[in-house]
Amino acid sequence: MRHKVLKISSLLLLVQLAGCASLGVQPWERDLLAKDEMALDAEGVDLALDDHIYFSKEATSGGRAFAGGGCGCN
Amino acid sequence: MQLMNKPINISSALAAATCALLGAPNANAADTDELWKFDTALMYYGEVDRVTAVEAIIGATKDFGDEHIFSGKVTIDGLTGASATGAVAQPVAQTFTRPSGDGNYVTGAGETPLDDTFHDTRVQLTAQWTQPIAENMRASGGVNFSNEYDYMSFAVNGSVAYDLNQKNTTLSLGLSYAFDTIKPEGGIPLAFSSVAIKPYSDDSENEQENENEYEDDFNRTRVDDSDNKNTIDLMLGLTQVINRRMIMQFNYGLSLVDGYTTDPFKILSVVNEQGLTQDLLYENRPDTRTRNSFYWQTKYALDFGVADISYRFATDDWKIDSHTIDSRLRINLSDTSYLQPHFRYYQQGAAEFYRPFLMEGDNVPEFASADYRLGEMTAYTVGLKYGMELDNGDELAFRLEYYQQTPKNAGFNEPGALQDVDLYPSLKAVIAQVSYRF
Repeated sequence: MRHKVLKISSLLLLVQLAGCASLGVQPWERDLLAKDEMALDAEGVDLALDDHIYFSKEATSGGRAFAGGGCGCN
Repeated sequence: MQLMNKPINISSALAAATCALLGAPNANAADTDELWKFDTALMYYGEVDRVTAVEAIIGATKDFGDEHIFSGKVTIDGLTGASATGAVAQPVAQTFTRPSGDGNYVTGAGETPLDDTFHDTRVQLTAQWTQPIAENMRASGGVNFSNEYDYMSFAVNGSVAYDLNQKNTTLSLGLSYAFDTIKPEGGIPLAFSSVAIKPYSDDSENEQENENEYEDDFNRTRVDDSDNKNTIDLMLGLTQVINRRMIMQFNYGLSLVDGYTTDPFKILSVVNEQGLTQDLLYENRPDTRTRNSFYWQTKYALDFGVADISYRFATDDWKIDSHTIDSRLRINLSDTSYLQPHFRYYQQGAAEFYRPFLMEGDNVPEFASADYRLGEMTAYTVGLKYGMELDNGDELAFRLEYYQQTPKNAGFNEPGALQDVDLYPSLKAVIAQVSYRF
């Protein structure tokens, strides 16, 4: 199972990397991407609070950030 | 001026993006000024008939120049209320002894047993430092400390991020190590030992004798005062600008847990063929867990706002697979205000050792837990956020959400009386939050 997962993820990463070279924008085309609300963690505080709720209520955590330990939440 | 600022903004945004994907706290890089920036929030979380929590966050970020960024965060939360014990509802009232061994509570007929003594305050501190270490390369390191009455966690993390393809692509690698200690009141229970029931005070001549007998029984179910676990997380990330409007992020996370993963407050009912409880046992979980997660996020700049959607697939060797879709749509109402609907859907399968109850006469399995959070369930969140920029440039936002969990029977037959009670009650909660950024 673990080998399978590793293989699939390595393959995905390679495909992504190969595709990356033709993607993207020139520096002067970043007007929209540079907006605060386009930052991937623009909702930083909300995401931290949500992570804590779902960490303590569901069996899965992490993904966006480290799954880590952190609390003995009930 | 605009042109001079732009490249810095871009790299700051990428740095922040990288930090996000590496598990760093909100390292919202400052522009060119060197003022502290603060992100604060106060959140209320209230479940119907169960837990209530209030959580406050103060985050601070400062750019010391040349992208040498410090960010720190203080989180304080207070929790109170009742939490499902794992025991099944019965057609008659049930008496339970609190996990500490000190005192009893009664659960009414047909009601899900909830331990009502849940009360805790947690303080969490995080600090993170991020800086360039070579051309197109940044490193970040941080510490995280969390302490509550019976639980303490200490974690360190480190990561590197590398930009290529004109900073349209960022690769990152992060590692985190956490050490957690749990010291429950009354000690760590012995796996699958019978829960001792404290005798009621009845002023009889046998009272002292009964009390002594109970204390002996209780102590026989204890193995230690505290226990701990180690967690190592590895995260590989890829952030890619797709076009002028779209940015994507892919993460692969591997998490290795080694140590005490059992919940010392959770128990299992042992029922007979009529579905009536004959005994209560402390649960037991494996002492290792290996988790894999695959995360994909896309943000798209619309003419009127931003669409943000993410999907996560997680799988682990407890055989819990989960799917999560999280989406936000920011709709700008004006240059300074917006409305943001939020929808999240979550689905998980049951752990292979999840048992809603055990049958009398059957062999006790190696591992078993009736914690509904390890069972099959779906959950959804719907919410709405309203944010506005004030005249002085500060930001104020309000968020209101509804969260509902719907546990499901993962294929267990329900003998006798258990067919007449709700073994998988839904959980409903309201989340209300005020945020202020200055």
